[in-house]
Amino acid sequence: MIRAFLAALLLAIVTPALAQPGSAPTIPQSVLIQPGELAAALKSGPKPVILQVGFKIMYDEAHIPGALYAGPAGKDDGIAALKMAAASIDKGNQVVIYCGCCPWEHCPNIAAAWRTLKDLGFTQLKVLYIANNFGADWAEKGLPVVHG
Amino acid sequence: MKTALFAALIAFAPLPALAAMLAPGATAPDFTRAGLDGKPVSLSAARGKVVLLDFWASWCAPCIVELPHLADLKRRHAGRLEIIGVSMDDSKANTIDAMNRYPVDYPVLMGDLPLAKLYGGVLGLPEIYLIGRDGKVIKSWRGDFRGKELDSAIDGALRR
Repeated sequence: MIRAFLAALLLAIVTPALAQPGSAPTIPQSVLIQPGELAAALKSGPKPVILQVGFKIMYDEAHIPGALYAGPAGKDDGIAALKMAAASIDKGNQVVIYCGCCPWEHCPNIAAAWRTLKDLGFTQLKVLYIANNFGADWAEKGLPVVHG
Repeated sequence: MKTALFAALIAFAPLPALAAMLAPGATAPDFTRAGLDGKPVSLSAARGKVVLLDFWASWCAPCIVELPHLADLKRRHAGRLEIIGVSMDDSKANTIDAMNRYPVDYPVLMGDLPLAKLYGGVLGLPEIYLIGRDGKVIKSWRGDFRGKELDSAIDGALRR
């Protein structure tokens, strides 16, 4: 009982500290896209630009086909890398960002990436909703991935 | 020529999915890496004991939350339970910083792509494997930390 309380307390302290600025649940529902929707869009029609805004080792393990690595947006150098990647993309293009490192509400990257691209003026921006992690919600559902 | 073309197709074709996490009953692959203190850490060195293999990272809030719990487990089951922490941080400095803030008394090493692949791809954190004395996977978890479930599974493994 005491351990559970201490764990909850630590999570409450640690989560905001690791997930600055903002957190994934602050992203409006209207900009979210579900894994199945994105997978369908990749099969037909114009493909969006996809940016992975998480950690390099996870991108190297597996990522969505065509996705570009843009750096972990929860960190200053990750934001800088994201801005560099965004500089070559037309702001009117369809852009989808995703992370999937951790459960959605604990992701340290996705909200910062969304805010950065929104502030840069991207008008067709979508955020891939990954409830648990990229493994459970994408790769292990049989959706396409590439390695390396 | 045909062989080269086939190899190129295999290398660049989108794959349906990585193999999933190792299933219960699978042999946990052995590995050896240098720990943060420079000493070698291998899974096979812990054979004969119950092992908890914890893939984590300093940027992962649920992973940080579990560290004091794992440190406590190690103390409670000293001599019977080994814990190996595998940091998936890109930067060793970030791992060392986290260890200074949340110290543990078990070996921690830096993970890498080959090690992640050995375990079916670490595509979400935290990821924990409970490995029996026989070196086979008993249970695994990925995502939010579930302390009570973990405690219960360890108790069961230690009774076997």
